[in-house]
Amino acid sequence: MKKLLLGDHAVAQGAFEAGVKVAAAYPGTPSTEITEYFSTFDNVYCEWSVNEKVAMEVGIGASMAGGRALVSMKHVGLNVAADPLFTYAYTGVNAGLVIAVADDPGMYSSQNEQDSRFYALSAHVPMLEPSDSQEAKDFTKLAFEISEKYDTPVFIRLTTRVAHSRSFVEISERKEIEFDYKQNISKYVMVPGNARGRHVKVEEREKLLAEDVNSFDINIIESGKNKTGIVCAGTVYQYVKEALPDYPVFKLGFVYPLPIEKLRKFASNCDDLIVIEELEPYIENTLKINGIKARGKELTGLQGELSIEKIKEIILGQKSVPVKENLPVRPPVMCAGCTHRGVYYVIKKLNLNATGDIGCYSLGCNEPLNAMHSLICMGAAIGNTLGMEKAKGRDFSSKNIAVIGDSTFVHGGITGLIDAVYNRSNITVLILDNSTTGMTGHQPHPGTGRTIKNEQTHALDFEALSRACGVHNVSTLDPYDLDEVENTIKEHLAKDGVSVIIAKRPCVLLDKSAKSKNCPQINDCRKCGMCLKLGCPAIRKNKDSTVKIDSALCNGCMVCEQVCKFSCIKKSEGAK
Amino acid sequence: MNMNILIVGVGGQGTLLASKILGNYACLINKDCKLSEVHGMAQRGGSVVTYVRICDKVYSPLIEKKNADVILSFEELEALRWAEYAKDGAAIITNKQQLYPMPVITGKVEYPDDIYERLGAYNAKIYSIDALEIAKKLNDLRVVNVVVLGFFAALLKLDKEKFKEAIKNSVSASTFEINLKAFEEGAKNV
Repeated sequence: MKKLLLGDHAVAQGAFEAGVKVAAAYPGTPSTEITEYFSTFDNVYCEWSVNEKVAMEVGIGASMAGGRALVSMKHVGLNVAADPLFTYAYTGVNAGLVIAVADDPGMYSSQNEQDSRFYALSAHVPMLEPSDSQEAKDFTKLAFEISEKYDTPVFIRLTTRVAHSRSFVEISERKEIEFDYKQNISKYVMVPGNARGRHVKVEEREKLLAEDVNSFDINIIESGKNKTGIVCAGTVYQYVKEALPDYPVFKLGFVYPLPIEKLRKFASNCDDLIVIEELEPYIENTLKINGIKARGKELTGLQGELSIEKIKEIILGQKSVPVKENLPVRPPVMCAGCTHRGVYYVIKKLNLNATGDIGCYSLGCNEPLNAMHSLICMGAAIGNTLGMEKAKGRDFSSKNIAVIGDSTFVHGGITGLIDAVYNRSNITVLILDNSTTGMTGHQPHPGTGRTIKNEQTHALDFEALSRACGVHNVSTLDPYDLDEVENTIKEHLAKDGVSVIIAKRPCVLLDKSAKSKNCPQINDCRKCGMCLKLGCPAIRKNKDSTVKIDSALCNGCMVCEQVCKFSCIKKSEGAK
Repeated sequence: MNMNILIVGVGGQGTLLASKILGNYACLINKDCKLSEVHGMAQRGGSVVTYVRICDKVYSPLIEKKNADVILSFEELEALRWAEYAKDGAAIITNKQQLYPMPVITGKVEYPDDIYERLGAYNAKIYSIDALEIAKKLNDLRVVNVVVLGFFAALLKLDKEKFKEAIKNSVSASTFEINLKAFEEGAKNV
């Protein structure tokens, strides 16, 4: 049977067929659908972890105990998970551990273009890179075998175009596999004395694999008439096949370690060797270090995605069709009725600096609100705000607010909050609690009281948690009530000590049942333009400067009613 | 049927489901198929594109400019934005809906009022359908995407029964009926 699967789904399918018992992840585009798909299988354990580090630790625990495990994350999530990974690379595995990591060239949904292949190099962890969904499944299964044979965790590297492309995959039966758990202090307890011994093993297995990798059949040579040879991997291979059909191609399945001897032989049959790779010159530099003459980045550059057009342009000199249309851009926006909009409106009105974080609410930085002023990484808002206060003083802090989503707060914000209280600061933290992980597609998290399988579980209480951390000033409010938002923020910014404000209302996309009924009416619009300052996609200006609310888009939040200076916006009759 | 199809619109309009239906259709007619989707940030009301390639053997999941046989657009401005992907003689099918992007809402730029004129400059056949109106009549605004698909399938005289099966394989049982109606209403408008 074949199925049309995303690359992400195929990794999960491969893991399932390989007998994986435990899968753990924190959602992150473009890797989220791996774990979502795995959660649809029965009789296997799957979890949304609070963050990637915990996910990695859960995976390691399962692997150590003797159950195959899959841990998934986006490229920046690997930074969070790197600590346990680097040491598990020393201990090695019992049952296989595979780490799926998805890079995002072009930054469709990320804050940087980090190249995960360097993690493979520096952690000494083998890495495979599939180029479509079938390979994503096959390579994942192979990765478990390699993991156990060479006693190491193994990476599957995806990029957005593999993770989020669908192609057909042959589905097979699951094979159960289990290993006994044996205590082994010298292998699993990485005190320095034991770690020194394991480091020797790491080097031994790496030497062995560096030789063996030359005979793995996932590194493929495809012949061609041209004298210039191409080296590539992943989705770039698919572009090369269409852009350069008569070029000999070395398609890498293994990106770490590289099959150097096989590549050397390939190079010797070519007049020129060009590495076509996205992001960093990882393959190119490795070839050069090994004395194989190659070029690549001088042609492709470091930034963004490659494409058939780009490859034709840089290799064949064929210019792509220039863009002709000059059109209004359409950046992503907060949805109509988004629970974050009114909060940002108030932040702007009060002329505050908002130290931001990662989620749908990051869109508060855009026109017309322009009300979020920094974004670094998951959970950074709180530490950043603390650092600002320590650098600029108490007065600065009374005009500065940390803005962080509920899922992000659990992921990486709680430790920052403890730090702020411990270090006697006066920061104000605004938790935008929409009861979901919004941007990645509405996954539950510990604050929602639901697991990935929608089972009921303990719901983390942000108020009680804040108090337990030593925060005395804690308030919960409704983000649709602008007066309450404004008064509460002002009150807390003036208070000494750390404050936490929880703006609590479920994401409007979670419940659309009341939708069109609640769309307000505009009577006798005075053209003041205040409602347009909200940046709501449902409100548009007519040619005569009056405004209109699109009932097909409106979600009935009634925030616009509260900003209209002339009370022209009213609830429709019959609205709830 | 060997075909490159671009499905474009505004995040939230259902390009993903539309492409999944086309992919399942490809499966039913025994063709190779690749779809490339946009998830995450771009889904929040941004301009979105899904590439659908149906062929005997597909390599790249992306479509080059001037290489799409069909562009299905759920919004007028997006039809024009992606029109450069149309190959000569392609069909550009657009829903008549207009959704204002934020620079228009904030008054920085105007929503173009000459979209069809500018589309006319491309060597392509332009079709439009008021899918939102049809969806309103069906009492479910979410089915705009399947209305447009119905129009597309009828225009290209694709296998209707297989298409219905593809819809069945792509949507939940509870929404199959409404999607089927949407498909048929779209087809009637050709």
